Amino acid sequence: MSARIFEPILARPAPTRSAGPLGWLRSKLFSDWKTSLATLLVGTLLAYYLPQLMDWAVLRARWLSDANDCRAEGVGACWSVVAEKYRIILFGRYPFEEQWRPLVATLLMVSLLVASCIRACWRPALALAWLLVLASFFALMYGDLAGLSKVESDRWGGLPLTILLATLSIALAFPLALAVALGRRSGLPAIRSLCTLYVELVRGVPLISVLFMASFLFPLFMPPGLNIDVLVRVVAGITLFAAAYMAEVIRGGLQAIPRGQVEAAASLGLSYWQTQRLIVLPQALATVVPGLMNNFISIFKDTSLVTIVSLYELTGSLSLGLNSDADWRPYKIEGYFFIALIYFAFCYAMSRYSLWVEQQVNKGKAR
Amino acid sequence: MNNMSDPIIIFDKVNKWYGNNFHVLRDIDLSVARGERIVICGPSGSGKSTLIRCINRLEEHQEGRLVVDGIELSDDIKATDAVRKEVGMVFQQFNLFPHLTVLDNLTLSPIWSGKIPKKEAEQNAMQQLERVKIAEQALKYPLQLSGGQQQRVAIARALCLKPKIMLFDEPTSALDPEMIKEVLDVMTELAAQGITMLCVTHEMGFAKAVADRVIFMDEGQIVEQATPQEFFSNPQSPRSRDFLSKILGH
Amino acid sequence: MRTPPKRRWTLRSRSARNLIYQLLLLALIGLLIWFLAHNTARNMAVRGIQSGFDFLFQTAGFDIGEGLLDYDSSQPYWRAFLVGLTNTLRVAVLGIILTTLIGTLIGIGRLSRNALLSGLCGAYVEFFRNVPVLLQLLMWYLLFTEILPAADAAWRVDTWLGPVFLSKGGLSFPAPVASASGWVLDLPRQGEFAVEQGGALTPEFLALLIGLTIYTAAFVAEVVRAGIQSVPRGQTEAAASLGLSRAQAMRLIQLPQALRVIIPPMTNQYLNLTKNSSLAVAIGYPDVVSIANTSINQSGRAVECISIIMLIYLCTSLGTSLLMNWYNARAAILER
Repeated sequence: MSARIFEPILARPAPTRSAGPLGWLRSKLFSDWKTSLATLLVGTLLAYYLPQLMDWAVLRARWLSDANDCRAEGVGACWSVVAEKYRIILFGRYPFEEQWRPLVATLLMVSLLVASCIRACWRPALALAWLLVLASFFALMYGDLAGLSKVESDRWGGLPLTILLATLSIALAFPLALAVALGRRSGLPAIRSLCTLYVELVRGVPLISVLFMASFLFPLFMPPGLNIDVLVRVVAGITLFAAAYMAEVIRGGLQAIPRGQVEAAASLGLSYWQTQRLIVLPQALATVVPGLMNNFISIFKDTSLVTIVSLYELTGSLSLGLNSDADWRPYKIEGYFFIALIYFAFCYAMSRYSLWVEQQVNKGKAR
Repeated sequence: MNNMSDPIIIFDKVNKWYGNNFHVLRDIDLSVARGERIVICGPSGSGKSTLIRCINRLEEHQEGRLVVDGIELSDDIKATDAVRKEVGMVFQQFNLFPHLTVLDNLTLSPIWSGKIPKKEAEQNAMQQLERVKIAEQALKYPLQLSGGQQQRVAIARALCLKPKIMLFDEPTSALDPEMIKEVLDVMTELAAQGITMLCVTHEMGFAKAVADRVIFMDEGQIVEQATPQEFFSNPQSPRSRDFLSKILGH
Repeated sequence: MRTPPKRRWTLRSRSARNLIYQLLLLALIGLLIWFLAHNTARNMAVRGIQSGFDFLFQTAGFDIGEGLLDYDSSQPYWRAFLVGLTNTLRVAVLGIILTTLIGTLIGIGRLSRNALLSGLCGAYVEFFRNVPVLLQLLMWYLLFTEILPAADAAWRVDTWLGPVFLSKGGLSFPAPVASASGWVLDLPRQGEFAVEQGGALTPEFLALLIGLTIYTAAFVAEVVRAGIQSVPRGQTEAAASLGLSRAQAMRLIQLPQALRVIIPPMTNQYLNLTKNSSLAVAIGYPDVVSIANTSINQSGRAVECISIIMLIYLCTSLGTSLLMNWYNARAAILER
């Protein structure tokens, strides 16, 4: 056999046909006749409707005018309604001069939420930070101390109310959900049935009925003479609702832990609670973070329902601002778009984060 | 209290069922002496794993007496906890805790269950890791190690409790062929140090080299018990002969 | 063959402890329920509210804007609830059918090789998923009541069946109606103040239906996409190596296998749509929650009315789940 000397071939860059913008166009939009046809059809539709939309929304729109200007002929979208009414949309019926308080409070809360998402901040100090920020949120909003005037909770509204409801409900629902998830997997039939009953009952009814219950029935459940703030009742209702859904997500994570882990812990002499605390929950909770994030996004959107029980958060504050103002009322749709944009910004950011976390978790699993 | 010549494990007419119909352990009578090394083999479904899992009460028997180091296993929680401190177990799937480092895996039970201070637990852990020749991986995470290395860590973890009995449930069945030897070497060294071992395995070479007794089980019963020499060269029961021909054939 | 012996019971055993824990828990829950019920009874006595479901047979005293059954304000409450229930079911059933169609198409579109198509479908999903459904319903309702022309100058489209009118008064279309000479098409026509005759759908119904369908379709699209992607790539590769086209592979290989993964979350979305239909109360569509709300205001029987709607939704949820489980089992068995 003749000995051929092995000559290694150095790597070369790829030919340019499949790279670069032209290559992308070719492969993604015009790869075969069917795809090309679809591109042409969709492209034509877009080319027809998109300019019209742009015309209405941007080119012919008024941004900072007054109501009369918007009524003129040939005017497109009237975004001035946002410029005019943004304070009542964002802050509800909160007294005008004191609106710096909900602003600061909201910024604090949002920073806390963002910090809770950064892995580097996951220290015991974070729990303290949560308590501090929540306390200062209430202090700022309610006032009645340090020279701040008192503002009753029925005047709270707009974006701060949305964020407060969502954050508080999730924070309170989490321990409840954890207990219920563990209870559903318990070997004790009474505990398991009760937890299952709770979850199936709450998941089978719409949130609006839970809010009605909070609004109409909670006062009846309390001893006569004891009045509970409507805000507290609504938070209680949303918490009970959110906990059922979160319990299911956590339970899924618990089920994904291989039985061998629990057996190994048992064979090492660890008790049930030690096993849950040290072995099962740390692993389970890491995998359910994306699911819990989705729960948070849902609850954030669901806070819009409190409008129906007369708490004026972001969705309801628009009606508050426009229903009594005949000048601006025709431009309610622009106001709605503004609010939709705010929700979209928050929810999209949260869902991107959730996706990122999921990717991180999957990276950690691969060897 | 315990005479050194007392058997350390006694099975007395032990029966177990799964549900109402599957009679998985049938009238098991077995006596294990201190320091004895036993290999249990048999076809799948014969109840071998169930037998050793009864010893540390991962499975519960319904009939008969099972006594481990003088403690009778029953519904009594205190008895179960006491027995688990004496018995260490190594699983087929390793079952290491992936979110803890190797060192934390080893010190977890001594600290939380044995109430041993952290420094002492870590010293003990490092000793065990050296015993299985893997001390340099102490701060790595389990998923960063190969299968053979993970199983050796699992053995060290069980040894941290300083158990009197070590149970092995098919420890090499989930390993790639080239890693089986390193784990068997560790087990052989352990066996030489005088610990009582019960091992469910298909590795007949290991059985021949290390075991004092080979137990063959089929359909929930102990069919034959003998020294390795006798069992492999002259199996008495036709079922044992059948099994051996399948195992040793390829 | 022997059967296992009965268990013996000792106080230190695990079973004893478990029993004690459970009895304690049940006692606590029982105490809580007694406390709540006691307070409720006292509160109702103080406010002079009657209790009991007998109010269902009293005259309702309010009108309902639309419905499939004959109803006027002299009818009893139970009939009002029945009308509300039929309204809910109307929107739910139609919504489920439409959202399945639209959502599946968009889900498949997201997996298209055409970047424009998959981009558009992706944008659809992201936009409609991240805005609350109540806000979307309010916007659709606003669109219908502001943008559409008044009822005396409706938009008209002539189809091969007859004219279709769209205005602030709703959608009017040719509808089959039983008459003396058999089935006849009742055609709508533009009247002086409104569109007359023909089958009619109110703007409330339209806004609710379209809003719910478009919102839920975004989620259905994701469910379908995840289901199709869950089929291992090896299946598609095998199909390609056997000479099947992409469309054939999708229809014959991927979709049937994807269905098993799709059905449970799809059921969830159907239930969500049904539950979201309760938001009709915000746009004035008389679904069962809206009727219950009015009834509470009229009769004061909050506990009874809320229990009724919770019971109705629980039954609907249970029914849908059972139906889907049956379909799931059938689909699985057929594949064996």
